[in-house]
Amino acid sequence: MSALLEVKHLNVDLNLPAGTLHAVRDVSFSVEKGKTLSLVGESGCGKSMIALAIMGLLPPSGICSAEKIAFEGLDLQKMSEKKMSTFRGARMAMIFQEPMTSLDPCYTIGNQLVEALTEHKKVSAREARDRAVFLLEKVGITGSASRLKQYPHQLSGGLRQRIMIAMGLMCGPSLIIADEPTTALDVTIQAQIMGLLASIQQEFNMGMILITHDLGVVSRVADDVVIMYCGQVVETGNIKEIFNNPIHPYTRGLMECIPVPGKTKPGEKLGSIPGIVPTPIGDLWGCSFRSRCSLATQECAARGLELIKISDKRSFRCINPPVTIADA
Amino acid sequence: MLIYTLKRLGLAMIVMVTVSLISFMLLRVSGDPAISLAGEGASNEEIEFVRIQYGFDRPLIIQYFEWAGRALHGDLGDSPYLNQPVAQMLRERMGVTVILGVSALSFAMILSIPLGMLAAIRPNTWIDRVALSISVMGQAMPSFWFGLILIIFFGVHLRWLPISGSDTWRHFVMPTIALGYYATPAIMRLVRSGMIEVLASDHIRTARAKGLRWPRILFKHTLRNAIIPVVAVAAVQLGFMLGGSIVIESIFALNGLGNLAWVSISRSDLPVVQAIVLFLSTTYIILTFLADLLNAFLDPRIRST
Ligand SMILES: Nc1ncnc2c1ncn2[C@@H]1O[C@H](COP(=O)(O)OP(=O)(O)O)[C@@H](O)[C@H]1O
Ligand SMILES: [Mg+2]
Repeated sequence: MSALLEVKHLNVDLNLPAGTLHAVRDVSFSVEKGKTLSLVGESGCGKSMIALAIMGLLPPSGICSAEKIAFEGLDLQKMSEKKMSTFRGARMAMIFQEPMTSLDPCYTIGNQLVEALTEHKKVSAREARDRAVFLLEKVGITGSASRLKQYPHQLSGGLRQRIMIAMGLMCGPSLIIADEPTTALDVTIQAQIMGLLASIQQEFNMGMILITHDLGVVSRVADDVVIMYCGQVVETGNIKEIFNNPIHPYTRGLMECIPVPGKTKPGEKLGSIPGIVPTPIGDLWGCSFRSRCSLATQECAARGLELIKISDKRSFRCINPPVTIADA
Repeated sequence: MLIYTLKRLGLAMIVMVTVSLISFMLLRVSGDPAISLAGEGASNEEIEFVRIQYGFDRPLIIQYFEWAGRALHGDLGDSPYLNQPVAQMLRERMGVTVILGVSALSFAMILSIPLGMLAAIRPNTWIDRVALSISVMGQAMPSFWFGLILIIFFGVHLRWLPISGSDTWRHFVMPTIALGYYATPAIMRLVRSGMIEVLASDHIRTARAKGLRWPRILFKHTLRNAIIPVVAVAAVQLGFMLGGSIVIESIFALNGLGNLAWVSISRSDLPVVQAIVLFLSTTYIILTFLADLLNAFLDPRIRST
């Protein structure tokens, strides 16, 4: 069985006045049909760039090169912009981090939902509207018929994100990319939206790329996990392996940021990784995480730090792992 | 929307009253109307008689309300110079000025909106530079000079177009271009920067992620958002064109309001000047009000404030 989406050796460079920023470096992963793959990493790790590269929506300064970005068996890189736009929204949909600004303020919700469908499929206005109402109810918006007449500014962030999800579903895509869909929302809403996404993904049997900086979120929804740091993959594996046996010090660091029910006492300080993600501009070598890693040695600055594969889906990028690999 | 409209209307009324008050005062501060009405060499008794006869001895505020009441009924007094009702003079001249103003604004829009859009879609390319040079030229050339160039080239050399008068639409071609070109740079730059800003916004990224085709992204989602600030500027520009066509009207010998204003100022025909000021400011206020309504129609966020 071939994967729904296969990304091989993806690089994204941004040409900035300050130099070339290597936002994504040699990233490979694949998403199975109906499964969720989670891209995890702190802000600035290049997660959004991966998503935009797949959708063909990189900013003008962005240059994407990959051995392969195969979606449903077709190489997206070889596709013309015109062909690509027949895929976007129809076969693959994306939900963004900023629900407050992602809808056009000048048009009603109904208008924007309907056009997502009518652009790709020959359906009557009536059918499109019915589909919009059906999906609004699916994403938990009640009184949806009257919601259609409302404008974005009349709705809360949580509602707007629900609408963005409904919009992504209008054409019944086989892949949905959710880029930190809950980061901009209140904590109480975050869990609701995440639960909604997970159940929608199951019900519509879509492949999903869930991007997040919160490893805690991942445990409930993802099948596979890719841990990103500074544009690179530092560890991959299925959800069980990552949680039971994290190898990379960065993964372990992210793990310590998650509160554990029953174990973490209220008011207790959660772990956090000191320092910030470096900006990958210019010539890069060695492990990018070494400046923040408590286990770093001189060897970590050596050139050519490869991803070490230990099974089909499991790999990591560290020459000094804090665990013996036999355990992992 | 109704509340918004009423609010704007109320505001327009207040401005209207203020402006008419100023316009009324204009006539009063310019000299004692009794003296000028009584004529040269009149005795003090005669002047007093005229003063009482015309009610100039009463409080100014009462006089204002009387004058405003008459003005509302279309009675703007008589021109002492021509012994003609001012309202009638205005009516005769208005047509030419309004035609000129509206066609000049339309010309400016037709030129500047597509150019601004093209420049925004392809920034820093030759099309952007062409648009920029057209805009810089419009800014740098005084409209009277541009008008004269047009006359020399298309009127005298090529003999394509008549150079004076207002009899046919052909008479309006050159004045329209001369006046409209002047408004082009401001509108074009606004369209360009607005389009560039909106094109980089999150909701356009959403539109692209939905797979919408380019024309729809451009016209439905980008232009509408980018045009909102243009509306207010266009209204102001039209106001300027109605009031500021004095120069163009003289060059092309168009018998419009600008021409009338020019002549009346030079012969101190104050009731006429006052009426023109009142007319132009009223038009201005109405245009601003209409622009507000149009913006509220375009942008639902304005409607609900
Ligand atoms: N428009 C941009 N201009 C310049 N640098 C950018 C831009 N967008 C992203 N970057 C840089 O690219 C890198 C990856 O960014 P991004 O993919 O947005 O990270 P993430 O989504 O993981 O937070 C970061 O170093 C960020 O600073
Ligand atoms: Mg991001």
